[in-house]
Amino acid sequence: MTRHYQAMVSLVFAVLAASLATSCSRSAAVSVIVPKPTAFGAAIVELSGGKQTAQTGSLLPQPVVVQVNDAQGAAVAGALVEFSAVPGVAFVPPNGLTDSSGQVTTNVSLGGMAGRYEIVASTSDKSHKAIELNIEEIALGYQQTLGRLLNDQYCERCHNPESTVERVSNFDNLEVKPHPFTEGDTLNKISDADLTAIIGHGGPALSKSALMPAWGNTLSKSDIQALISYIRAISDPPSRSAGPVYAKN
Amino acid sequence: MKEKLTSLWQKLFGDSVRAFGVVSLIFLVSLAIAPAKNFFSEWRHYQHGYLRMIRNRSDANTLQRHFQGGIQQIWLPELGVVDRCTSCHVGLKEASLTDVPNQPFRTHPVIPHKLDQFGCTVCHRGQGAATTLSEAHNSTLAWEQPILPAKYIESSCGECHRGPLPGTPQLNQGRSLLSREGCVHCHTVKLPNGSTMKATDDPPSLSHIADKTTREWVFAWLKDPQAYASTSTMPNFKLSEDDARDMSAFLIANSTPQAGDTGTLSAKPSADPVSGASLYGESFCASCHAVQNAAGNMVGGNVGPELTRVGSKVKAEWLQAWLKNPRAYDAGTAMPHYRFNDGQVATLSGFLLSKADSDFLANVHLDAATPEQIAHGKRLVSDYGCASCHEIAGIKKPENFAPELSRVGSKPVTQLIFLAGMPHTLPDYIAGKIKQPREFSPGLKMPQYTLTPAQIDSLTTALLSLNDRSHVLPPSLAVAATPESDYQPAGKAGKLMSDLACFSCHRINGHGGDMAPDLTWEGSSVQREWLVQFFKNPGTLRPSLIRRMPRFNLTDGEVNDLTDYIMTVYQNPAIDRDSMPLSGYSQGQVELGRQLFYGKYSCQGCHIVDSKTDKGYIGPTLTHVGSRLTAAWIYQWMKNPQSLRPGTIEPNRAMSEEDARALTAFLISQKGGGKSPLLAKGARNGAPAQEVAKK
Repeated sequence: MTRHYQAMVSLVFAVLAASLATSCSRSAAVSVIVPKPTAFGAAIVELSGGKQTAQTGSLLPQPVVVQVNDAQGAAVAGALVEFSAVPGVAFVPPNGLTDSSGQVTTNVSLGGMAGRYEIVASTSDKSHKAIELNIEEIALGYQQTLGRLLNDQYCERCHNPESTVERVSNFDNLEVKPHPFTEGDTLNKISDADLTAIIGHGGPALSKSALMPAWGNTLSKSDIQALISYIRAISDPPSRSAGPVYAKN
Repeated sequence: MKEKLTSLWQKLFGDSVRAFGVVSLIFLVSLAIAPAKNFFSEWRHYQHGYLRMIRNRSDANTLQRHFQGGIQQIWLPELGVVDRCTSCHVGLKEASLTDVPNQPFRTHPVIPHKLDQFGCTVCHRGQGAATTLSEAHNSTLAWEQPILPAKYIESSCGECHRGPLPGTPQLNQGRSLLSREGCVHCHTVKLPNGSTMKATDDPPSLSHIADKTTREWVFAWLKDPQAYASTSTMPNFKLSEDDARDMSAFLIANSTPQAGDTGTLSAKPSADPVSGASLYGESFCASCHAVQNAAGNMVGGNVGPELTRVGSKVKAEWLQAWLKNPRAYDAGTAMPHYRFNDGQVATLSGFLLSKADSDFLANVHLDAATPEQIAHGKRLVSDYGCASCHEIAGIKKPENFAPELSRVGSKPVTQLIFLAGMPHTLPDYIAGKIKQPREFSPGLKMPQYTLTPAQIDSLTTALLSLNDRSHVLPPSLAVAATPESDYQPAGKAGKLMSDLACFSCHRINGHGGDMAPDLTWEGSSVQREWLVQFFKNPGTLRPSLIRRMPRFNLTDGEVNDLTDYIMTVYQNPAIDRDSMPLSGYSQGQVELGRQLFYGKYSCQGCHIVDSKTDKGYIGPTLTHVGSRLTAAWIYQWMKNPQSLRPGTIEPNRAMSEEDARALTAFLISQKGGGKSPLLAKGARNGAPAQEVAKK
């Protein structure tokens, strides 16, 4: 009986030890290896990759590139930059040492909730004080993605002043300039109902230019709602109806 | 030890009254376990949290009224769904809770479906019947389907929707990549409707490869296709020097010459870079072919192969024969038969041959192939399944060469072998396998593709949609794809249209490309004289477009055949071309139309009628529209553009009869001053594309 008891106790201990060991090894695999910095900067600046839009959970089209400078504004090589954000946002790589031109590049996948994500790139100066840079990115849900596709097809060629190789902007050709959809200062003041009226019935519905045609016979009600949700999602400064900002505390 | 136990037993049960008390106590405690477990359950904790959260909101009363306590369940027997997710996710249907930062209390984002009709796990996967977070979201021993990461969520749309949807760009792209990147050459994908997914790429036949290129090029290409052309879709098989040497030996030795593949021209390839570049531009080669410019950017389309280093690849005689008539070498090619004269072939071939990279083959030195090497090469070509994609004389296309993927989205995780450090989920496995197939085992035949991370995510999404549910779905829920049309025009004109590869760019009756306008109703749309002129000298209607219709050097007879066919066959039944005259409208009506054009409808935002004042760049230029379109077409277009060309971006203005008539009168009066619009507007011989675009 005692022998049995002892055997059972040792078995229990063995199981406990084994499970402890596996859980430890699992957490070891997840932990991030942080390289040791060889230099320290005084400032961190964004080079490119901010204010991008992507579908919820997916990769931003362009990587985020930041640069670490010293007090004189010259690039610092070998400084450690770490990226962080709310859980659900993934960085590949999550950290890195700046290259010879003082830059670190990371690919960012946004979280599963539609909204704005504030990501933080941080480095530390000589006294190990953290220097942080906030970069904002926008995740689009289903409705906003639909709106973006409609925007690309119907709206962007007049409302976006930038031209690309595939799409020449018509913005400069218009006598009355349309509002770019990022123009939050103006668009945030227009209610959803008014935007619906302008899109559906054209500019004259709100005594605005007839150069904005009526889309109510071409786009469905849900299409127009999708467009508005997209406009709200990308406006700068952010529209309140776009929902919460996902920031790290 | 034994004594202690005995005394404990005595103390508890020695006396029958005491024994009764103890047993009753144990009984009561055990009875209390169930309600206690229920009281402390996770979902109750969330529901309490929800009630606390809504208490301080301005719409607390409404939310309180909607709230239902207890375990909630969506039961859809037809779909096999028992979802209790709404027991914790209490706020999903509350439209006002969009400002709550996170689940479980936030409103569900707007989607085209109702929660009550589709449940949760149909889209999100996970275990619907579970009532604890870890069992519902994660995989357990009894349930290995965890929640689907947000980036693959569109795969669930694809279970029912078999065709492309406007709101699922990632799924659409993934599906098109599956057929475009050649995946389905090796992997069979049986679709739920019983058909098999077809490849849309057209890898070239290798049966006459020696006519086209050298063994050295084949060797270098096999070693690293992307070194020759970074946009190449041919994957890297990571071959050893010896294997590539033997495979190139076999492919060249196996090649047979084909009549018409090589030609000798009276004129030698001319090395005049200026006229070569201008003929390349004027023929709009860049609409389909890309070339990497000095800045490293790819300029041009992706219908045909990249031409950055084409001079290092092709033999001069083959290139000349190809330019003369590509259909002699490849009857099914997407390249039009341009009908170049010998001088043009010499100019263009000289220009293309100058696009060579002297470094590319500099280090390739191959000795003459031995019969053993050729035999070994043949074995390798069969082993690697080259004939799955390419036609190779003497080697049959292998069947079931790679695992079937028809239900890969339901593959049990227990059957998968993961790499170290890789999360054990199906999406991670699929994405990892596409990204680096050889990492899983060096002996695997699947080659290394050059895909962007976004493309890998798209492909994974499309593959996850090929799952058990998509196959066992009730037919009432399946949304079929529009069947692919295989329309082919008949007769002499039909032959001419295949020869000119019209369908590489234009779509007619649902068949063809989308680079150029849909021509299904072209016969109702344009005037005959204009069409004849256009074939002879195609100008541009849209100044901002880079891609244009090339000039094909057609004979008068060919132009007539094509025009006759288009004018008679491509007629819209709703339009009587002759019901409205092309001239003779009253001045008053024309003037009313002008006012409507510039005022009420402000068409000048997108179109140009008067090139001095109007600047609209989106729609076609209308300075000569009265010599181009028929009045009946313009009238119908004013009434409802989408009825004539579904998907056109011109908004439907729901015009009255009078407005449409007046605008038609105004537009048909824009004849462009008698001169042919095309001759007046540029597109002269020799003018490079950029210059034309500016005019």
